[in-house]
This record gives sequence, C-alpha cells and structure tokens, in this order.
Amino acid sequence: MGKDAMVPATMRVRRRIQETADTFTLELEPDAGTFVFEPGQFNQLYVFGVGEVPISISGDAARPSVLVHTIRDVGTVTHALSKLRKGDTVGVRGPYGRGWPMEEARGKDVILAAGGIGLAPLRPSIRHVLANRDDYERVVIFYGARTPEDMLYPKELIKWRSRLDAKVSVTVDRADRSWHGNVGVITQLVSAARTNPSNTIAMVCGPEIMMHYMQIHLARLGVPDEAIFVSMERNMKCAIGRCGHCQYGGDFICRDGPVFAFSEIARRFRVRAL
Amino acid sequence: MLQHAESVTLQAGLFAQLLDVLKNDGYRLIGPRVRNGAVVYDDIANVNDLPRGISDEQSPGRYRIASSGSDRMFDYVVGPTSWKRFLYPPRRKLWEATRDDRGAWQPEPAADECQATAFIGVRACEISAIRILDRVLNESAYPDSAYAKRRRATFILAVGCAVPAATCFCTSVGGGPSPEADFDIALTELGTGDSHRFVLRAGSETGRGALRRLTDHLSLKPTALQATSEADQRAVDEQVRRSVGQITAVPAMGRAREILGASLRSDHWETVADRCLSCANCTMACPTCFCVDVEDVTDLTGTHAERWQQWDSCFTLSHSYLHGGSVRKTTASRYRQWLTHKLDTWHDQFGTSGCVGCGRCITWCPAGIDIRDELATLDSEVSEEAKAT
Ligand SMILES: Cc1cc2nc3c(=O)[nH]c(=O)nc-3n(C[C@H](O)[C@H](O)[C@H](O)COP(=O)(O)OP(=O)(O)OC[C@H]3O[C@@H](n4cnc5c(N)ncnc54)[C@H](O)[C@@H]3O)c2cc1C
Ligand code: SF4
Ligand code: FES
Repeated sequence: MGKDAMVPATMRVRRRIQETADTFTLELEPDAGTFVFEPGQFNQLYVFGVGEVPISISGDAARPSVLVHTIRDVGTVTHALSKLRKGDTVGVRGPYGRGWPMEEARGKDVILAAGGIGLAPLRPSIRHVLANRDDYERVVIFYGARTPEDMLYPKELIKWRSRLDAKVSVTVDRADRSWHGNVGVITQLVSAARTNPSNTIAMVCGPEIMMHYMQIHLARLGVPDEAIFVSMERNMKCAIGRCGHCQYGGDFICRDGPVFAFSEIARRFRVRAL
Repeated sequence: MLQHAESVTLQAGLFAQLLDVLKNDGYRLIGPRVRNGAVVYDDIANVNDLPRGISDEQSPGRYRIASSGSDRMFDYVVGPTSWKRFLYPPRRKLWEATRDDRGAWQPEPAADECQATAFIGVRACEISAIRILDRVLNESAYPDSAYAKRRRATFILAVGCAVPAATCFCTSVGGGPSPEADFDIALTELGTGDSHRFVLRAGSETGRGALRRLTDHLSLKPTALQATSEADQRAVDEQVRRSVGQITAVPAMGRAREILGASLRSDHWETVADRCLSCANCTMACPTCFCVDVEDVTDLTGTHAERWQQWDSCFTLSHSYLHGGSVRKTTASRYRQWLTHKLDTWHDQFGTSGCVGCGRCITWCPAGIDIRDELATLDSEVSEEAKAT
C-alpha cells in the first residue's frame, strides 16, 4: 500500500466553470493521467490549509482524462474550493464508495431523478445510460430545481431533452412569468414515468426529504424498494471506514454507500436523527 | 526441565528481573501507576512504580483507590486510561505540506516515531479491546499503517484479575477475567508475603524468548524460578473461579442486538437524556471507541499546512454536522447512537460487539449512567411490547 490512504494526491485545476450563482464546476488534471471511477462514487477534495470535503464525481466515466466535480458553495471548504483558479493545486483522495447500479439496470427501464445539486452525482449515470442507450429500455429523467436560475447544466438538459429516446421532465419550485415550464415539486412528475414498474430501476439523488417523497411515489407506481436506489449523505472525515462519522445504522456511508437500495435502509430511513 | 517449561512460577521479589529482561530487549515499559488518585497507564521505570498494595472501588459514577494493606501489585482492575491511548494516540499528525511561490505543494506523510513497547498488566477485557481495534483499524480495506506499526511493536504482559470491580461484566460479553490468548506472557499473582509469587505463562514466541532470557538471568538462583507445580496450577484455576463468581451476570447482554434493534423509536432514550450530560467521558474512557476527527492548521505565513487526527466522540454536535445543522441534535439521539453502535451495529460493521465489559463507561460517567441498567430497561420495554402484540 505504501502511502497511507489519508494522504491525498495533488492535482491541478484545468478549468473552472460558474454553473449558477452559488455552484461551480472544477475540472482537474488527474496526476496519473487518468482517473477511473464508477458513476456515483465520490472523492475527498482538500484545499490547502482549509479542510477536506466529500464531493461526488460528476464527469464522464468514459472520459477518465479529466476529473470533474460540481460543487455548491455552502460553507468554509466549499467556499475555498470556489476560490480556486486554473493552475491551482487541490488535494484529492478517492474514488470512494459504491456507486449507482449501472449493471443491474441493464435491460430495464431506468428512472433517473435528481433534486438540486443532486444532478451532479447522477450526471455520470445519465451520461452512461444515454451513451449506451441500447442497453436500457425506457429512459426517464426527472430534475427539480429551486428556480430556473438554479438549474444545473441547462445546455446539457436541453441536449438530453432533444433526444427522442429519452423522456426528460424538469420542474422548479418557483419562477417568474418568463418560465414556461413546470412549477411544483418533482414528485408530481413521477406519475408520467410510464415505465414497467416490475422492470424498472430508479436512481434518486437529492435532499433526504425529496428522496423520502420520491420513494413513496415510486412505490405507489409499483416500483419495489429493491429497485429504488438513493444516495445518502452524512458527515465524512476519512471516507475509508475509519473515522466513524458517516455511520448510518450498521453501514458506513463512505464504504457501504453512498448509494443504497432503498430496501437496504428502509427500516431506518424514517427514524429521526439516526 | 525448566528450560522447556511453558509455565513457570517466579518469586514475587524477583518480578523486577522480568521487567529488566523486557528493558534489555529494548522495550519502553508502560504500566499501571498511581496518579491523581487513580491507577493510570504511563511510562514506568521499574517495579517500584507499580501500584503495590493498592486496590480500587468502582460503582456507577464513582472510583476510589484504597490501600489494601498487602504487598500484592495487581489487586486493582481497570482505571480511566486504556491501551488505545498508546496504540491509537489521542492526537497524531497525518501529513504536512509547504506551498511554493507558484502555489504548488506536495503532502509529506508525518514521520511516525514508534518505539517497541511492553504493556505491563493488560487485563483480559483489554486484550479483547485490542483485538477489536485490530479489526477496525488493521483488518480493513484501508489499514492504518501507523496503528499497524505500533501494534507490531507491542509486547503484551497480561495479568489475570484477582479482584474484579462491581462494574466489571466481561463474563456477559463472551470474555472472562483470565487472559486466554493474544498475549506474549500472562501472569497470575498468587499469595502474599513469603508466599507471594507469580505464575507466568508464555503465549507467543516472543513471550517464550523473554521467559528463556529470564531463566538465564536467574540461573544462579534456581529456586527463584521453577516450573509451575500442580498445586500452583490449582491455585491459579481456583483464583479464576473465584473471580468469575464475583462478577455479576448481565443476561440482557446476550440479547443486546435484538433489544436495541427493536428500540430505535423507544421513548426511553429521552429518559436517559435527562441524566446524560453529553460530556463524552464514556467514549473517551472506552477502550474500543475509535471515532476521530481531523484538524487543519497553518502557520502564520500560510505557506505551511498540517493535517492532524484526534479522538472524537459521537456525543459532540459536530460529529454529525451537515451543512444546515447536525443530524443528531438531541442528547437522546446521541446516546442512542452510542449504545446502539457499541452493542448492535458494531456487529454489522466488524463481526463483533464493540463492548468488552470493562465497565469504564459506567465508572467514569459523571451522571452514573449504567449501560447494564439501560439495556435491562429497554429489554423489559421490548418484551412488554412483544407481549402486548
Ligand atoms: C458522498 C457525498 C457526496 C457529495 N457530493 C457533493 C457534490 O457533488 N457537490 C456538492 O456541492 N456537495 C456534495 N456533498 C456535500 C458536501 O460534502 C458539503 O456541502 C460540504 O462538506 C460542506 O462543507 P463546507 O466546509 O463548505 O461547509 P460547512 O457548513 O462549513 O461545513 C463544515 C464541515 O462539516 C462537514 N460537512 C458539512 N456538510 C456536509 C455534508 N453535506 N456532507 C458531508 N460533510 C459535511 C464537512 O466536513 C465540512 O467541512 C456531498 C456529500 C457527501 C457525503
Ligand atoms: S453517558 Fe455519561 S459519560 Fe457518556 S456522555 Fe452521557 S453523561 Fe457523559
Ligand atoms: S467517512 Fe470516516 S468512516 Fe465513513
């Protein structure tokens, strides 16, 4: 093993893209030339002297020559990350965790549902499904954002929407009159999924409350808990099952997740403050 | 004969020689000594540092040492320190880096000085605790190299407990007061005065080597060290039986998983929370609690950064902090996390309980909360619910 897993590699920022008012994307140059990961996995990103946080990999798994992270500036470390510019050095540890069930979804209808920044962890999975379209049956993408201005990757959303072989529905919580799309919670889109519930895999990523309602609506359609996948979030200090912070019942989210089949966590998901 | 004996009896007056052998083998000695009214583990220079004639009284929220009036050295049991402190230090530098003019930097893993160390007076429950730490830190997909190094450099001189405390319950969590495995040498202290003696048993090649060197050391005094007689062996067995008899059984421990699994929504957590101070003493005293936090520091110029790891506790608010607030805001949810992890979900994570029955969390809880009682209360709640349905 040599170096302890707590010591990061260093990579340079190749490009920084402002996505929305508070969200930006960093493209990093992998120190080893390529950075191989699976959709749904995450890295620990470290800013010199400031701290380290878990951030999902939001790029393309088929393009490992660039490492992409989309980050919302919410606090100390994410703010410091937002200050990085081309050429700056970032510490990177990873990839960590168990990602989305891409293999299991083959040959099935796929529902990909994201709320807010949750589109970032789900994007590698969406890109994979669309790039290997023949491997999947019906493909449905749901995305909910707070306002039209908060929508991530709008150009890409338009590209996805223009495809005839995928259904893409977007909604916002609130908007002014210039918005002609859906207004309302993401769950109201679910009934239009028209997938075969007994042959569907759903991948859901967003705030816990959004995943809570999505599971209820998907279950109503007849999608079993074994086929509903969610990505969980807890405080993380190590990402390697050592620091104890990300415990969620008997699982370490960093090691056994972050993606779980809902059936694996159904007994504890609605227990408060667990 | 003596050369090959697996078990030898050493006159107590010559115990110092055993420590000398370990010192000559290059070990730093860490063992029990009295500090601020408690038996703690710390560096010891020689046999005079050991707590001769000291016993302890423990009960929920209470610890006192007393003079036993005898010349025995191991009549106390476990105190506030655990060996975790030396294997997995409370604070450790992970790595450091210096940023150059162009803003580039490279992390340098912290040099980790680690000296061969002999732990003197390790109890059976503490061996179980070290075995659990091995599981957590070493037998994982990402072993902790610093822990592994320290662990490899550790010599364990174990001791059987002659006088268990009222807070001990090792026998209810699959252990017992007598070290059975995973030590280098195990000793049992027998008698007092002229008959004061130690029965030493080697448990590893390293231990056998040390006993051989002790034999050589004492070769001029053949009566000082003898193959253990049958009578002494019987005395050892008798002492173990007596100790086991003094330990109160906690039947609910055997069902802890079912009880806690059914108690996630219990109101009893609120009742415990009325007493719990969220002070984290229990987790600091626990020999297996492994949660750590990291801290980032920089020098004044901002060009030198260091990353430190330090013990953390699930009783802090920051432990479960997510942007927007902590997940476990209430003491009830934090106490539930602690007890449920220790006795139930630890099995899911590491295939073993996280509890070894040492009773430290009971003794060192300022509120005197006793996990045996809390578990028993949850147990009766769960079985009443089962009856009701
Ligand atoms: C598996 C996983 C994947 C994630 N992927 C993304 C992503 O792709 N994009 C994105 O913008 N955010 C993502 N997050 C959330 C991101 O980690 C937090 O927003 C970030 O840690 C906040 O840190 P801060 O220092 O800026 O905030 P502060 O509020 O100052 O937080 C202080 C510290 O608390 C901890 N912390 C706070 N919030 C979180 C949190 N939500 N999760 C874990 N630790 C937290 C961190 O150690 C942080 O440094 C992910 C979280 C997890 C667990
Ligand atoms: S149980 Fe006791 S020792 Fe533990 S946090 Fe509560 S008051 Fe402190
Ligand atoms: S983040 Fe440390 S154990 Fe999961």
